[in-house]
Amino acid sequence: MKIHEYQAKDILNVFNVNVPRGIPVFSKDEALNAANLMGYPCVIKAQIHAGGRGKGGGVKVAQSTEDAEQIIDKIFGHPLVTKQTGTKGKIVNRLLIEEAVDIDRELYVGIVIDRKTACPVMMASTEGGMEIEEVAGKTPEKIFKEFALPGFGLQAYQYNRLVTALKLEGDLAKKGIIFLQSLYNVFRRTDASMVEINPLVITKKGDIIALDAKLNFDDNALFRHKKYIDLRDTSEEEPSELEASKYKLNYIRLNGNVGCMVNGAGLAMATMDIIKLHGGEPANFLDVGGIASSETVANGFKIILSDANVKAVLINIFGGIVRCDRVAQGIVDALNSLHIKIPVVVRLEGTNAVEARKILAESPLDFMIADSLEKAAQIVVSAANNGEYR
Amino acid sequence: MSILIDENTRVIVQGITGKEGAFHTAQMLEYGTKVVGGVTPGKGGQKSEHGLPIFNSVKEAVIKTGANASVVFVPPRFAADAILESVDAELDLVVCISEGIPTEDMVKVNYILKQSKTRLIGPNCPGIISPGKSKIGIMPGFIHQRGSIGIISRSGTLTYEAVHQVTQLGLGQSTCIGIGGDPIIGCTFLDLLPLFEKDAETEAVIMIGEIGGTAEEEAAEYIQAHFSKPVVAFIAGVTAPPGRRMGHAGAIIAGGKGTAQEKIEVLRNAGITVTLNPAEIGKALTSVL
Repeated sequence: MKIHEYQAKDILNVFNVNVPRGIPVFSKDEALNAANLMGYPCVIKAQIHAGGRGKGGGVKVAQSTEDAEQIIDKIFGHPLVTKQTGTKGKIVNRLLIEEAVDIDRELYVGIVIDRKTACPVMMASTEGGMEIEEVAGKTPEKIFKEFALPGFGLQAYQYNRLVTALKLEGDLAKKGIIFLQSLYNVFRRTDASMVEINPLVITKKGDIIALDAKLNFDDNALFRHKKYIDLRDTSEEEPSELEASKYKLNYIRLNGNVGCMVNGAGLAMATMDIIKLHGGEPANFLDVGGIASSETVANGFKIILSDANVKAVLINIFGGIVRCDRVAQGIVDALNSLHIKIPVVVRLEGTNAVEARKILAESPLDFMIADSLEKAAQIVVSAANNGEYR
Repeated sequence: MSILIDENTRVIVQGITGKEGAFHTAQMLEYGTKVVGGVTPGKGGQKSEHGLPIFNSVKEAVIKTGANASVVFVPPRFAADAILESVDAELDLVVCISEGIPTEDMVKVNYILKQSKTRLIGPNCPGIISPGKSKIGIMPGFIHQRGSIGIISRSGTLTYEAVHQVTQLGLGQSTCIGIGGDPIIGCTFLDLLPLFEKDAETEAVIMIGEIGGTAEEEAAEYIQAHFSKPVVAFIAGVTAPPGRRMGHAGAIIAGGKGTAQEKIEVLRNAGITVTLNPAEIGKALTSVL
């Protein structure tokens, strides 16, 4: 689960990680009052779940009330387009008004779980303020890593090496160690999947402050942190995906015109791939999970067809525990009640596939039965492009 | 032969009284798996609906039944503990079906596993089957056929797809393992390939990977240097957008890393036959045999 910068900073603050003074606001009036309260210069930061906000024009310094008013007018309520939002951008409904900080140096620090070693890893770099993927790609030697021993965390010598890599000396090194220790505590104690401070700044006064903060939680561990569940901002999520999650369906919208409904995540990806291989473009990823009842199939159709680009649908189910004849009945029922006007191609394999094909064949409804994944993909792609499949 | 499990493997079911556990225990028994008991804390001394003895702890079950493997069907928040209990009881193999275990819990499990003799398959996986001998998991037994092809896969139903194709070719499988779709899992491709290398029954291996992580790349390096049998691979997610989790917790292109293209290239450079078409995994296999 992703949260906003201001929410992340609240949590960092609880764990004694230095953050700038700031006030989150939810309306233009509130924003201007907060800016006046903060004093000038102050920083106005758009709060959306996407990186690259600075470059996209979502972070501005206000020198006066007039200045603040202009900036707030320009940002609040409008879409903000960044590298990560797509071309439509995301509407800004929340702002963070922060004290301005005199920056001496910008650094980077992040913590994630390293998949290869299955350990938490703290990454530090003097290249703060840049996109860390870019740094990793061009100058990997500029990212210093320390791996934590599960259960024991990072050791004192590792923190020493980290602050040395960050070129922090004397008093700053001491402050740096405390900062990094506190940050590691945040990661551990909140079941975070990622903590990223970019930039971590050294102020001219010699303080170490998290100027930006990104904190993602492990969804599977949220049951241990009920207070964080309320931090979810569903307005940041794709409405169709949110709708699908209500039906316990795993849906991701893409840009193509071939809808697909599949059981299992791996097979769903493979189905998208084979559509592409035959010259089509998948419109979505949809994993309906282990139970493909008529209700699931109907809900799946509703979600897929909420995308106006979809010109044909492929249903690909490999029945294991779920019986294909039940799925077939589900498809017939769903098609009966939904009056679907675009071509539907069905491929069922596995448990009771023969009985399933019989149910489909005997139905008067208009859809195409494919007896292999290959054929199913060919038919659905040509149907999407030509509008018919006979 | 086969790897990890055969007709002599004695299995206990952790969570045998739950809905999933009870259902799949029946399925496993029907397939011929030697399920010898179950564990549900607090229900020790009772019998399961299948007539199997239930124990309060894994250790007790092992002493009374001589079990050497376990399968975990307990809810995700208790699953890591269930795995660790089986590690403590020194079982050879634990298969964890449960999906949704916190990553932090798996970090702990993985660390303790490394210092034990136990092998873990999963979590969030369909399990393992040596056709005609034993099945520990939730895969449909009937699509399998005893034979000479080893299959290792990060997926569930996509594995069934590959199994189906192999069976249709009349080749059959020695052992099929779904290693799971989570970012942190027990056995990886790298852990299982050496077992297939040693297994006399296995003539070739199918690897089914997907986006996210570097497990396929590590396997490629091993295969090039040490693996003598033909390997065919498919990587799901060529069309997956970056930054999005494709159903499986581990299937995500993060920071531009873990793309299907990247993996396919590394596998091909290591001399592995990679098919881009999931319907042609069987066909690719016949091309290397």
